[in-house]
Amino acid sequence: MANLASNFLGIKSPNPFWLASAPPTDKEYNVRRAFEAGWGGVVWKTLGEAGPPVVNVNGPRYGAIWGADRRLLGLNNIELITDRPLEVNLREIKAVKRDYPDRALIVSIMVPCDEASWKAILPLVEETGADGIELNFGCPHGMSERGMGSAVGQVPEYIEMVARWCKQATRMPVIVKLTPNITDIRYPARAAKKGGADAVSLINTVSSITSVNLDTFSPEPSIDGKGSHGGYCGPAVKPIALNMVAEIARDPETHGLPISGIGGVTTWRDAAEFLALGCGTVQVCTAAMTYGFKVVQEMIAGLENWMDEKGHADLDSVIGRAVGNVTDWQYLNLNYIAKARIDQDACIQCGRCHIACEDTSHQAITHMVDGRRHFEVIEEECVGCNLCVDVCPVENCISMVPLKPGEVDKRTGKVVESDYANWTTHPNNPMARQAAE
Amino acid sequence: MAGNSLKEGIAAGRLEPDDYARNFSDLHPPLDAHEARVEADRCYFCHDAPCMNACPTSIDIPLFIRQIQTGNPLGSAKTIFDQNILGGMCARVCPTETLCEEVCVREVAEGKPVRIGELQRYATDTAMAQNKQCYRRAPATGKTIAVVGAGPAGLACAHRLAMKGHDVEVFEARAKSGGLNEYGIAAYKATDRFAQAEVDYVTAIGGIAIHNGKTLGEDIHLGDLLGQFDAVFLGMGLAGVNALGAGDADAEGSDDAVDWIAGLRQAGDLSTVPVGRRVVVIGGGMTAIDAAVQARALGADEVTVAYRGPQSRMKASPFEQELAQTKGVALQFEMQPKRVIAEGGKVVAVEFERRGESVTVACDQVFKAIGQSFAPGSLNGSSPSITLDGGRIAVDGEGRTSLASVWAGGDCTNSGDDLTVTAVAQGRDAAESIHRALTA
Repeated sequence: MANLASNFLGIKSPNPFWLASAPPTDKEYNVRRAFEAGWGGVVWKTLGEAGPPVVNVNGPRYGAIWGADRRLLGLNNIELITDRPLEVNLREIKAVKRDYPDRALIVSIMVPCDEASWKAILPLVEETGADGIELNFGCPHGMSERGMGSAVGQVPEYIEMVARWCKQATRMPVIVKLTPNITDIRYPARAAKKGGADAVSLINTVSSITSVNLDTFSPEPSIDGKGSHGGYCGPAVKPIALNMVAEIARDPETHGLPISGIGGVTTWRDAAEFLALGCGTVQVCTAAMTYGFKVVQEMIAGLENWMDEKGHADLDSVIGRAVGNVTDWQYLNLNYIAKARIDQDACIQCGRCHIACEDTSHQAITHMVDGRRHFEVIEEECVGCNLCVDVCPVENCISMVPLKPGEVDKRTGKVVESDYANWTTHPNNPMARQAAE
Repeated sequence: MAGNSLKEGIAAGRLEPDDYARNFSDLHPPLDAHEARVEADRCYFCHDAPCMNACPTSIDIPLFIRQIQTGNPLGSAKTIFDQNILGGMCARVCPTETLCEEVCVREVAEGKPVRIGELQRYATDTAMAQNKQCYRRAPATGKTIAVVGAGPAGLACAHRLAMKGHDVEVFEARAKSGGLNEYGIAAYKATDRFAQAEVDYVTAIGGIAIHNGKTLGEDIHLGDLLGQFDAVFLGMGLAGVNALGAGDADAEGSDDAVDWIAGLRQAGDLSTVPVGRRVVVIGGGMTAIDAAVQARALGADEVTVAYRGPQSRMKASPFEQELAQTKGVALQFEMQPKRVIAEGGKVVAVEFERRGESVTVACDQVFKAIGQSFAPGSLNGSSPSITLDGGRIAVDGEGRTSLASVWAGGDCTNSGDDLTVTAVAQGRDAAESIHRALTA
């Protein structure tokens, strides 16, 4: 049986599934329910400085987009950091940690960007017995306008500075949570590392407007007819998160920096993908907010079953396994040639492959053959783009079949070579020609 | 059950009042907005969609379903009405299982087609509930056209002609318009007086005057119409009922299914419609099934559909057959009717020959549903004769008869399959042909 036990920065949890800093982790009541349900850890919802807490809007805080049958695909929120008094949160954190010593309990913090503010709060958090802190440099709404959250996360120098203050002021491991609302995620990650952070976590939410009400012309969620950009999360953002995680994992400057992966983790499979791209743990919010805490049971069982099936004994056998396969476009093998092939027995004749290829791509799939509705790949035209696979409603009906070395690519008339060859050496590349001179 | 549910002979009021409402309620309850969007999402928006090719009126089904999916049911309704102004009734009565839904790729893939008929009903009902008219009439052409018959073919023809700016006068033999939609099909397929609502919706475009109680050959004559109108469209359906043959008894309880159904459809109170305790329906088409299922719904204890051929040749679709069986109707095949047996002026049994053996089925009432025929007497020599083919009016691909200025469509012609949707297509196409001829 695969061992799911996680050791992230020395913080142990029975599994790598943590609840992200968010509404589900705002109170002792919720967190206890989460631990009872089996979550390996939680990142307590972001604490602010002592004094009067922030206030939230009193209208809707969330907006969403849905697939058919209202399957929630993306969620957006304009909720701020905790709006409960600091001392209440600290008291509850301490009580929960005492009762669940085997679970990870990280505390998310966001205070004004000055050293005194950070130094004031860190001892208070440390006193709770929490396992670590996460610096919230990510929230794109509300707090950012007050110079916190993503306003810090968008300036690498600030990240480095605050991370350093924290490392100096506390013995607790420091995780820096990064915003995706930035051009190149490697810069803030590098800054966090330079500042001494023990790990990064990402992604925080993506700045977003989920929809516009076409009766009132108000953005959603609408507060008395007005809306504000919120933070987007859920299944829709996972591809963005995977890429950003991978960029950090394979960047020579940050390679090896522990990562806690966040962004649309909904199933065990999503989690396994984040682990494979270098994450030591994953953090979940939207899935729990959609289905309740019980979803973790599926994640635990699914990850365990997959690891057993593949013979991965523990998380370390999985973490980072895909990182080496993420490369720059210029290093992709141009001698790898694949052609779409349609399984005629599986084909249900919807014609989507044909019309997608015919209208928008390469005119490489038939519609009628000998007066009969028939969809077949014209290899002379097929560039192997995979669009037909992506639009086909039948799983495994269309597959991409690589040509073997020695075979002739009917499109180009050239024999497929066995050598690896990429753009850097391609004759059409002006840079390559220059190098050859 | 009421006390006379098992009363011998033919009797009305076999059931409790609530039973009638339940038995004659919508066969498929309408989809609500969410159900419609979920079902619409199942559509793959096929290229050169098989469903569309299978539709006699060529409705752009993928487009109208996508419009439902995107929350635009009125746009969806227009897509439907563009091809089929009686899309509301067709959504209810089309044998979709042998047309669009039979070839749906989801049927091929998983045996569960997109519920195209129910989606079509959702869109058209939405438009009709809001009385949303999708069309305005073109400027008046000054041309007038006579349409004979206010059934599906005649209404479709009249609507399209009115759209083009022509004035249309419709002559209908019956007291109400709608044709078989009003008098023929099973009540549970068109509840809440839908046929009349649809007639009102279709004629609301304007330029269509309907004259009821005008029978061709009796009250009006083709020769006169040709003198008064720029063109004539004949869509009077089939007035004749095929006879059983020599063995038919002129006895109480021996009824034509179409007449009995028409009476049922017009009954204000279903508990007043008499039906036998034991009923035999002779025939194998939709009318036979409609009569049999409605006889059961009225409380008949035993209902048997006796078809002369094998099951494979039965014209009623497998869906209709299964519906009948689910409602407790027994289906019997290879039952060649020999004679209706009467005693004391009342039907007591029907004798069949089955694989060389004589089979007698006892019953109080027998419905004959062995087909209808065109009554050529309506073309009574007031004009040059119109060529018939197979006993029905011969038409070309766009509905022209052998007589200049006369078009025809629907069941009275030789070109269809006696489906509502086909009649609509023919009426529409004839209107286009008439328009071309009158504006050439």
